[in-house]
Amino acid sequence: MSISTELDTRSSLRWLWRQLTSMRTALILLLLLGIASIPGSIFPQRSQNPLKVNDYFKSYPGTAKFLDQLYMFDVYSSPWFSAIYILLFISLIGCVLPRTFEHLKGIGAKPPLTPKNLNRMEFHTETNSGTLDQAETWLKKHRFRIRRDDNSISAEKGFMRETGNLLFHLSLVLILVGVGFGSLFGMKGDAIINVGERFINIPTSYDVMSFGKLQTEKTLSPFSITATDFKATYELTTGAPSDYKLTVNIADPVGSKEVSKIVRVNSPLTFGSTKVYLQANGYSPLVTVRDKSGEVKYQGAVIFLPQDGNLTSIGAIKVPDMEPQVGLIGSFVPTFARNSERGAFSTYPEVLDPRLLVSIWVGDLGLDSGIPQSVYRLDTSDMKRIGLKTLKLNETHNFGEGSITFEGWTPWVNLQIVKDPGKIYALLGAIFAILGLLMSLFTRSRRIWVKENFDKSGVEVAGLAKNSTPGLESEIVSLVKEMRG
Amino acid sequence: MSSTDYAYLSNYGIYSAMVLFTIAFLAHAAEVAFSVRNVEEKTKFDFARTKRSGDIGTVMMVLGFVFLFAAVILRGASANRVPWGNMYEFSITGALAFTGAYIFGLWKYKIRWLGLPVAISVLLTLGTAITIFYVPSAPLVPALKSTWLVIHVAAAIISGGVFLLANCIAATYLILDRYESTSGRPAWAQKLPSLDVLDQLTYRLVAFVFPLWTFAVIAGAIWAEAAWGRYWGWDPKEVWAFITWVAYAAYLHARVTVGWRGRKAAWLCLFAGSTFLFNYVYINIWGSGKHTYSGL
Repeated sequence: MSISTELDTRSSLRWLWRQLTSMRTALILLLLLGIASIPGSIFPQRSQNPLKVNDYFKSYPGTAKFLDQLYMFDVYSSPWFSAIYILLFISLIGCVLPRTFEHLKGIGAKPPLTPKNLNRMEFHTETNSGTLDQAETWLKKHRFRIRRDDNSISAEKGFMRETGNLLFHLSLVLILVGVGFGSLFGMKGDAIINVGERFINIPTSYDVMSFGKLQTEKTLSPFSITATDFKATYELTTGAPSDYKLTVNIADPVGSKEVSKIVRVNSPLTFGSTKVYLQANGYSPLVTVRDKSGEVKYQGAVIFLPQDGNLTSIGAIKVPDMEPQVGLIGSFVPTFARNSERGAFSTYPEVLDPRLLVSIWVGDLGLDSGIPQSVYRLDTSDMKRIGLKTLKLNETHNFGEGSITFEGWTPWVNLQIVKDPGKIYALLGAIFAILGLLMSLFTRSRRIWVKENFDKSGVEVAGLAKNSTPGLESEIVSLVKEMRG
Repeated sequence: MSSTDYAYLSNYGIYSAMVLFTIAFLAHAAEVAFSVRNVEEKTKFDFARTKRSGDIGTVMMVLGFVFLFAAVILRGASANRVPWGNMYEFSITGALAFTGAYIFGLWKYKIRWLGLPVAISVLLTLGTAITIFYVPSAPLVPALKSTWLVIHVAAAIISGGVFLLANCIAATYLILDRYESTSGRPAWAQKLPSLDVLDQLTYRLVAFVFPLWTFAVIAGAIWAEAAWGRYWGWDPKEVWAFITWVAYAAYLHARVTVGWRGRKAAWLCLFAGSTFLFNYVYINIWGSGKHTYSGL
């Protein structure tokens, strides 16, 4: 490489850096980040509602495919969003750090020299009495920083304005660091457990889980949670929930002495930087399935998923251990009602008059095909329906190949387990950001100069307020008044 | 008294406040209308003639504020909680904050000239609230049961009230600016402050309330961390709160560091304010996400 091209590259790199770290670029990037976040509020996002994304794909397959290539369903983890985010991050650092050093150097430094022509300043008056000493006393009393020269004083106040400004911007960087740290080392997962069951924090206990890029499953905290009781309270008239209260026994680490705790929607469990939230709830009907000979082939609580606010729930019961295999598509109705339009449905979310509606299928459940199946759905492609039945509590129905008994129900809860080691930095950043903002927006920064006349018969007073914030004029007026005696 | 009694009383309070704001509106309209005088073939506005009408407007505005305040308190008492659980309650509290901001401005900055638009906006807000957004008073869903409801929503509502006031002033600036650059300031606007003052006033309101809005967003994040398991999830409401924040941050930068004044700054302020309104109206009603609760 010749010297000249090397110089060229270097200077163009420097040019690029200067452009990137200019205030204007930082502002444009900030605005871009705002604009770039809009599509995420228009299109459904995989991170928030994957089912809605699937629906969108079904309704508009062509558009969806095109939008997907532009990451419109993963806006906040898309390359272009990250690019803006990272550039803003660099730009902010490049913009704020040099200013911070500059500002730190200014601590204890004297105000700049008094300019020659004071009459060019925003505020300028002359008096025919008063001395520099008087001015200095006044300025000191009002906590100005002062530079006293032979025949002039240069005074400055409002150092905290820039301090606050820098603190605010550095705090934004800290928030970004916190967000990044959390997404790299964090972890998030969901687990549905029936009341009475124990959750142990190992990967196989989860229904869904996702890790940050630098986090592995080895670092899960080894705690266990046993759900001992769940109480949902509803409004009698509307059926709207008013309180969810989950009682648990926790052991941290597993096997240590259990402690009883209460989890509510707004008060999660905390294990270090891991928190456990109560996110959803529903019912699991308890069923027993027997074969022709009366031998129990399936017994237990089956998690059903709620379909409406009154917790009409659906699910599937699979009994592979029978010949032929038996599958039931079920609907659990906590408070039963029926009309011609909707069929069976629930009128209240609490269990007051429960029914279990089942349609019974026989054939091949398809469990051995190797294709993963949802536990909440029955694949009926190789099955034949042999009956329908509405079961009351403790009722048994004989369907020829065997029988099913509706024994009761138990509530289930959805625990969301989140580990976010970065959030403490984000919180600190947020607190400092507000402090910085308040400091910078409510501190007035200004300079006042006082200069003796040539014949020392009086003084010239002038002032300059940064960003033309009001109040300086009255300050100068009171200074002048002081010197006139 | 039972909780339904409180709810009814609250509704009466809203209706009474609406009557008072209507009188205020008529008084301020009369203040402008009857100040017209023909002097040498030219229309002049003489506000000294209609001072009494303006005074009535101010008194009604303050009385309306008092009734509205009582109505909001009663609404809270009826459900035994802060009255910030749904769109209806946000709207009546928002109208209260907006009126409060106006009265504060009246006392501090002599902004009586804003009386007419303020009365109209408050009437429209209350009218929509009680006809479209109205829902019977009811307890909160579990996710809303938190101290952060008080902190987060109070900060957001006050910010909203001040944002809207700043928007009114910025809009006035733009209208007057257009007149002044063409035919000159019209007679009815003679009493309004100079463009410089309007510009400065807008900036001061935004600078005053921007930290509060920042706080509202952060308080929301802290609450979301406790209720939903994440402090920031790009929920539509969060996205637009962020956009509003960015827009006002841009406004402040544009003024302080780039030195924008006047027309450009006023447009930017209007844009920022409209992102807030969009978030409040559109996302609440037609949006989806965690901030939309049962009904409205």
